[in-house]
Amino acid sequence: MLYREAGDFKTSYKSDSQTFPIAFDRYRYWAVMAFAFLVIPFLINDYWASAILLPFLIYSIAAIGLNILVGYCGQVSLGTGGFMAVGAFACYKLMTSFPEVSIIIHIVLSGGITALVGTAFGLPSLRIKGFYLAVATLAAQFFLVWLFNKVSWFYNYSASGQINAPERFVGGFAVTGPNADAWAKYLVCLVFVTVCALISRNLTRGNVGRSWMAIRDMDIAAEIIGVNPLKAKLTAFAVSSFFIGISGALFFSVYLGAVEVGEAFGIQKSFLVLFMIIIGGLGSIFGSFAGAALLVVLPVALKVIGVDFLGWPTDLVAHLQLVVVGALIMFFLVKEPHGLAQYWRLAKEKLRLWPFPY
Amino acid sequence: MSADFLYGIEVIINGLMAGVLYALVALGFVLIYKASGIFNYAQGVMALFAALTLVGIMEGQVPFGHLINAIFGTDIHHFGWEVPALLAILLTVLVMGLFAFLVQKFVFRHLVGQEPIILFMATIGLAYFLEGVGDLMWGSDIKTLDLGLPQGGSLWVEDLTAKLGGDDFYGFFIDKLDMVAALVAAVLVTGLILFAQYTKQGRAMRAVADDHQAALSVGISLNFIWVLVWSLAGMVALVAGIMWGAKSGVQFSLSLIALKALPVLMLGGFTSIPGAIVGGLIIGVGEKLFEYTIGAPFLGGATENWFAYMLALLFLVFRPQGLFGERIIERV
Amino acid sequence: MKTSYEPYVTADGRKIGDAMMDMRNITLRFGGVEAIKDISFDIREGEIRAIIGPNGAGKSSMLNVISGFYNPQVGEVWFKGERRPPMKPYQVSRLGIARTFQNIALFEGMSVLDNIMTGRLRHMKAGLLKQAVWFGQAEKEETENREAVERIIDFLEIQAIRKTPVGRLPYGLKKRVELARALAAEPKLLLLDEPMAGMNVEEKEDMSRFILDVNDEFGTTIALIEHDMGVVMDLSDRVVVMDYGRKIGDGTPDEVRNNQDVIDAYLGVPHGEME
Repeated sequence: MLYREAGDFKTSYKSDSQTFPIAFDRYRYWAVMAFAFLVIPFLINDYWASAILLPFLIYSIAAIGLNILVGYCGQVSLGTGGFMAVGAFACYKLMTSFPEVSIIIHIVLSGGITALVGTAFGLPSLRIKGFYLAVATLAAQFFLVWLFNKVSWFYNYSASGQINAPERFVGGFAVTGPNADAWAKYLVCLVFVTVCALISRNLTRGNVGRSWMAIRDMDIAAEIIGVNPLKAKLTAFAVSSFFIGISGALFFSVYLGAVEVGEAFGIQKSFLVLFMIIIGGLGSIFGSFAGAALLVVLPVALKVIGVDFLGWPTDLVAHLQLVVVGALIMFFLVKEPHGLAQYWRLAKEKLRLWPFPY
Repeated sequence: MSADFLYGIEVIINGLMAGVLYALVALGFVLIYKASGIFNYAQGVMALFAALTLVGIMEGQVPFGHLINAIFGTDIHHFGWEVPALLAILLTVLVMGLFAFLVQKFVFRHLVGQEPIILFMATIGLAYFLEGVGDLMWGSDIKTLDLGLPQGGSLWVEDLTAKLGGDDFYGFFIDKLDMVAALVAAVLVTGLILFAQYTKQGRAMRAVADDHQAALSVGISLNFIWVLVWSLAGMVALVAGIMWGAKSGVQFSLSLIALKALPVLMLGGFTSIPGAIVGGLIIGVGEKLFEYTIGAPFLGGATENWFAYMLALLFLVFRPQGLFGERIIERV
Repeated sequence: MKTSYEPYVTADGRKIGDAMMDMRNITLRFGGVEAIKDISFDIREGEIRAIIGPNGAGKSSMLNVISGFYNPQVGEVWFKGERRPPMKPYQVSRLGIARTFQNIALFEGMSVLDNIMTGRLRHMKAGLLKQAVWFGQAEKEETENREAVERIIDFLEIQAIRKTPVGRLPYGLKKRVELARALAAEPKLLLLDEPMAGMNVEEKEDMSRFILDVNDEFGTTIALIEHDMGVVMDLSDRVVVMDYGRKIGDGTPDEVRNNQDVIDAYLGVPHGEME
């Protein structure tokens, strides 16, 4: 009744292909944006920022990036951790080498550098497919982690191999370093998320997106009808790595402040982001957000229930987290391979007809 | 003969033995992949779980003790008995069989016909799940696995080969455990190949690997074969777990074996048993040789983390199906 | 060696021009097997050319050579008076050659509309950056090409299913969507691989009408592989007959129908027992 399209006729192709065709969706979208930009900054505190909001925003960017590569273009990659590391270390080197330049520019440049690296590691995708490609991306993962560990130039020859983000300001407010306020960090990440989401929405609804999906669905037919497979696959790697690099740069500079490459960007990270897009929904931007949200909130929720509420030891709860995440993956793959995004779509379908059953 | 050259030979021999172990782990993958098209990322965690179960049974641990204590406030850890090694191994084999049955029934039966990437991701989920369950059941602290296997450098080999070099050379240092592992692996591999070629079930397994529909049409039960295959893989995992566990203790890093087997399979092709063996040996030797000649002196060491992958990747670019894999022919 | 024809106008007013596609001494081998043995034939601009023959004759392989998926070991392909060097399939499509597939090669994850839009690729020029921004050139192009696609949707009468994911469509509709996708490219040469396969009489009539309309209204040259002899005889201007990789007949439907070699190939009887 409330959520409907009756009487809402589209009179141009432009309005037919807009992001939210149903009016209710549009209002909902603007309401969420208003809440995110205008309300949360006044309510946020350090705990909420560091436990939930910042990781959610940052992983959302990574999830969107990986979804472009895996969900839209069908190229499996297990190198997400390594590429986030590229973004982080690029940001670090830029920040320390050019301290006068704004951190926003550094983050975007880090994305660009990661895009170049990602494209290079994406070259094998022209010859190798499926599993073999997934395993080949592991080469990238392990090599990059080793590289950032061994070559001390990357961490400015510090003894520990750890990189620390120097204090930087945007508009007079600190966004990195120990004095940065939660709301400042939050807003920086929010702006990046919004821009990245808009860009990926535009790319996936146009020619580039269609070429990607064509390659994913039937790459030989795609080539025969005119898709250049080299260009399509490499742009997928490039765009995907751009976002993942930005995510890594933010993860390091704004969120953690200091990282050690082995523990922050190991293969566990690659799996984590992959889980986010599986559970959230492959080939769906909403799904990237949903998956990121679930996998950020879940461990926190389990910890709160297990440790704070029930008083169980933390290692026990950590084991339970593994069990729950693993079970969730298998559950979604068996029951709903299109992930949470599909549940969302079905819910909206039902809502469109409500109160009629069909 | 110079000492350096002889050390090089020692590196190669050690590499070969590591290679046999890799091959063994890779075999577990090939078995499942051949029969069901699933690449079982959880194979390494299965090895860990098998080893944990073995130790747990041997030491009379209470399964899920930690969890029970947390829920009920009790303080139990062990039953108080100890189980002899052989019996414990048998029980563990049964547990792995049960695991194979459950996994087939609740997960993979429902994923028949799905794309390979979906199946692969399901096994990653399985790996996480099993790791968590293993930790919950037996605890995550490092355990020592004492099966009475010989350990330490083999004096016999050392003495025998000392004569080869000059005064600086003390003979090849080959760990006895590695030799036993290589022997066991070789026996297991031969056994599996014989099983696959000459028994009724082995033939059925190969039929299923070739063509599900055709196998069904001659009356082979897919479910039975899949449970069989997963159980075999579980046993292979157990042996691998024992070997690695005896060497470096039963701990989480055991589950990373899967990651070592992947380049082996990339080289050898996912569907070939001889490929897994040859691939394992090549990676084993290649890794150690690279580290010895180039990695340690020039690149700061620890190249074993990624060399295998780079080698396999290079190989794949020129031969996308691996050494022995089936040629991928695409038709429109 | 170059074939040259006098253009003419058919009884129903269609213009048939000079040779557009000229296959010269094509031999195609797969390992030790020769799928196509020294075949030469041409396709004239504006005509409907049928390629027929028993199963396994090499017809689909021939189509794959024309569309650039296979490169023949011997022989040359001439397109619009110029030799076409070996090139990648996506480059061939840029020349204005589009095709449908025997076993339907649609993109099952996308809607009908998106599938057909992929056919417009060579008409859309906006680069990556412009598409990322969307407003401006990219959006304008998208809308223009959407209009072109909608015309084809009207033409093939598939308006009702334009937002349906292709995977859910019945076989007959999938075939129509594939035709739409090929038409969206506004090709000069359209290759149809068994467009009537698996259809009932009504569906065949619809498809035949569409094919004739495409040729008549847009002037598109059509080459089709087809098994239904009735369709072939009714639709085509000229026919090429293949058997075991060789050409055994080439001419108008009537000429081919009475060719003894063709009859033998289909019936499989040796000469002596025909009485």
